[in-house]
Amino acid sequence: MAERVRLTINGVAREDLVEPRTLLVHYIREVAGLTGTHVGCDTSQCGACTVLVDGDAVKSCTAFAVQADGATITTIEGLARDGELHPLQQAFWDEHGLQCGYCTPGFIMASVKLLADTPEPSDDEIRIGLEGNLCRCTGYVNILKAVRTASRRMTEAGGAPTGGAAAGSAAARTAG
Amino acid sequence: MIPASFDYRRAHDLDEATRWLGELGPEAKVLAGGHSLIPLMRLRLAQPSALVDIGRVPGLDTIRVDGDRLRIGALVRHAALARSEVVRRALPLLAEMAAEVGDQQVRARGTLGGVIAHADPAGDYPTLALMLDAEIVTTHGSHPARDFFQHLFTTPLQPDEVIREVTFPVAAGPHRYIKFRRRRCDWAIVGAAVQQSDGGWRLGLTNCGPTPMRARAAEAALAEGRTMAEAALQAAEGLTPPSDLRASSDYRRHLARVLTRRALEQAAA
Repeated sequence: MAERVRLTINGVAREDLVEPRTLLVHYIREVAGLTGTHVGCDTSQCGACTVLVDGDAVKSCTAFAVQADGATITTIEGLARDGELHPLQQAFWDEHGLQCGYCTPGFIMASVKLLADTPEPSDDEIRIGLEGNLCRCTGYVNILKAVRTASRRMTEAGGAPTGGAAAGSAAARTAG
Repeated sequence: MIPASFDYRRAHDLDEATRWLGELGPEAKVLAGGHSLIPLMRLRLAQPSALVDIGRVPGLDTIRVDGDRLRIGALVRHAALARSEVVRRALPLLAEMAAEVGDQQVRARGTLGGVIAHADPAGDYPTLALMLDAEIVTTHGSHPARDFFQHLFTTPLQPDEVIREVTFPVAAGPHRYIKFRRRRCDWAIVGAAVQQSDGGWRLGLTNCGPTPMRARAAEAALAEGRTMAEAALQAAEGLTPPSDLRASSDYRRHLARVLTRRALEQAAA
C-alpha cells in the first residue's frame, strides 16, 4: 500500500505517495526528479548518494523514503545560491577535485557536513570525515585540497578570527 | 537492488510496536536506523512481510548514568554515543568504539539497539556487552548479555519483543579496542577489546566465532599475575573462528593473540 510522505527538499515542500520499499535515493531521483544524487554501489559503501537529512550526511540508498517523512533534505542541487556556486562546489572546480564527476555530489554533501561540524579540519579530520565516500579517479589528493580551500574561504568569508593561532593554522593548512 | 515489497507501520510507542508485531507475525521486523536491515533487504537476503518503524518512538534516545550503570536507549545513534560526554566519562571504551563504527554517514543513522538485536559477531558493541555483563532490557523483560548472543544473528528476542535500552557497568579504567581491518570503515577481521574493571581485566573478541567471545583463559592468566604478553598467548584458547575470504581460522587465532597483547599494553601505557 502506498504511504504518504511530506518533506522539504532544497526548500521546496513536497507531498507524494510512495511504496514503502522506495529507497530515499530513488525517491529523490525519480519522484522529485533531482538526478544530481547518484547511485554508485547499491551496497552502502561508496557514498555517491549522500544527501543531508535534517543536517546529517546520510547515504540515501540506506534509508526508505517513508523514514524521511517530515524531514528537511538538501541535495547537491540545493547548494548554489542565486547562480553562485557553494564554496565547496567552487573549490572542487578550482582544485580539480574531480575527474569523471560521478562521486562528486556525494563528496561535496559529506564535506558540507564535515565543515559544519569542524570548520577548520586537519588533513586527518578531512580524511576521516570523508571515509564513507569512494572516488575511483582522483586518488583523493585534490579532493583533500578542495576541502582545505573551501574551509579557508568559508572561514575568511565568515569573519575569520584574527591573531597568531588562526594565522598559524591557516599557514599550516596551506603548507600541508 | 530494490527491496521486496512490505507493509509499513510507524509506531508511536513501544506498546503499539509490540501489538503490531504480534498481529503481523514472525515475518515482520523492527526498523530503527535500518543500517543492518536495509542492506540485507536490498540484496533480498531479508524479505520481511512488514516493517514496524520505531524510529520516532520518544524516550529511546536517552543516555544516563543510574548508580553504577550506564543506561543507553535503543535508538541512540553511533554519532551520539561517540560525542556524548556522559559516555566518555562513564564508559569511554564505548564512545571510542562508536567513533570507529562504519563511516560518518553510517554513524549518523545506525543505532546501538539495532546492532545488539542484529547480533552480528562482526559487530563491535556485542563484544563490549558480553565482556562487561551488559543487560539488554526489552519490552518483555531483561536478558543478560551472556544469554543473549546465542549464535550467528540469533538471540532470544521473540517476534514481538523490542529492545528498550542496554545497560553497561560504569567502567572508566584502562581500556582499548583494536580492530584489524583492511580499510578504516570496514568491519573488523578480528577485534580485541580490553577493559580493567574492579581491579581485574575483561577481554573480548570480535569476529572470532558465531557470537562475540570472551578470552577467559587470558583473563584468568592475568588474574594469576602472569604478564600481559604471557596472558595474551592464551587469548585464542578454546576458539574456533570461521575461515572466510579475508582470513583463515588459524590467522584469526593469531590475530586474537597479537591484538589482545597490543590492546593490553596500550591500555596500560
